[in-house]
Amino acid sequence: MDISVTVNGTTQSNDVEPRTLLVYYLRDELGLTGTNIGCDTSSCGACTVHVNGESVKSCTMLAAQADGQQVTTIEGLAPSEEQLHPMQESFREHHGLQCGYCTPGMVMAAVSLLEENPSPTEAEVREGLEGNLCRCTGYHNIVKAVLAASGQQVD
Amino acid sequence: MLGEFGDEAKLLAGGHSLIPMMKLRLAVPTVVVDIGRVDDLSYINDGGDHLAIGALTKHRAIETSDLLLAECPILAHVASKVGDPQVRHRGTLGGSLAHSDPASDLPAAVLALGGTLVAQGPNGTREIAAGEFFSGYFESALAEDEMLTEIRVPKAPGSGWNYQKFNRRAQDWAIVGVAAVQVGGATNVSLVNMGSTPLRASAVEAALAGGASAAEAAEAAADGTEPPSDLNASPDYREHLARVLTRRALEAAGVS
Repeated sequence: MDISVTVNGTTQSNDVEPRTLLVYYLRDELGLTGTNIGCDTSSCGACTVHVNGESVKSCTMLAAQADGQQVTTIEGLAPSEEQLHPMQESFREHHGLQCGYCTPGMVMAAVSLLEENPSPTEAEVREGLEGNLCRCTGYHNIVKAVLAASGQQVD
Repeated sequence: MLGEFGDEAKLLAGGHSLIPMMKLRLAVPTVVVDIGRVDDLSYINDGGDHLAIGALTKHRAIETSDLLLAECPILAHVASKVGDPQVRHRGTLGGSLAHSDPASDLPAAVLALGGTLVAQGPNGTREIAAGEFFSGYFESALAEDEMLTEIRVPKAPGSGWNYQKFNRRAQDWAIVGVAAVQVGGATNVSLVNMGSTPLRASAVEAALAGGASAAEAAEAAADGTEPPSDLNASPDYREHLARVLTRRALEAAGVS
């Protein structure tokens, strides 16, 4: 079926099988492989993107559901080639990653979290990232990175 | 389209119950009808003596609704316990209720509130009481060619309420959950994951109405239930959890 999705500001028109999940459309059809697949149970959140500005697990959406909608992937976050998004910069500075596999999803979820709750407590950050799993870091530096990105003091 | 395809067709709203089941091949519809962008079924309105919520209202909207936080806080709170933020950005109230999973949070909350579900089909519109809606494991009273359009819940501002969701992992379904809410002078209690549908803890409710304390009434929480056995818990453990969580829910709701 024909779909037309605006991804990172550019409208893409493609013919896809109706059963195509949004994450496979982004990765395989559009070559945007920053978004990762880490489970098959909608648990891990590595596939998190923004649809119309809200964090969504792209593995649990059909590409067809994104027809006519705005999608932002991790590739669309940085304002330019030379500059990182403040959340990306904060993850870098506070070592909020090790292997990096969960990181695109974490960053996208964290950006959405701060848009809804600009100055969260540590507990609110931990709960706000409940949809994203990390096997490497134990979450501490991820939480620090998000708190720092919100402009709050971290130890 | 539902009429044309019968049980080969499934409605797709938020897709956060249907798509995970399709990925596991537990649901294999031939036709999926995407109603996710029917914006005029997304609303939360003051209906005078009740609150009217469009079936396609997302959990996130329910969680953050000032009207619900003031007039039916248990529903806003329970919506905030579903899955995780990404799930709540897509999942809908109507979808969760129609999916009819006894382990889901919102069916039990609507059951405890004694809500009314409005269904529409080619033959017209009808109202279904929550107590008659959940008919079995993933089965509801909806006919094949009907869809939910609105859910009505009573206003209960400031009344005692509490929801206990017991699980061991983040984002997980409740192993057992208990919703307690005071509606119209009575205390209603419903159970999550204690049978093939969400259940009213009628023995608890009767005991409370007869003057029992929260602790005494909670002892009857598992009466009449047939809790499942799975990797998370045996039936005995679930019965124990039901009693403990019912007591906690009642006491937190201000019932002593």
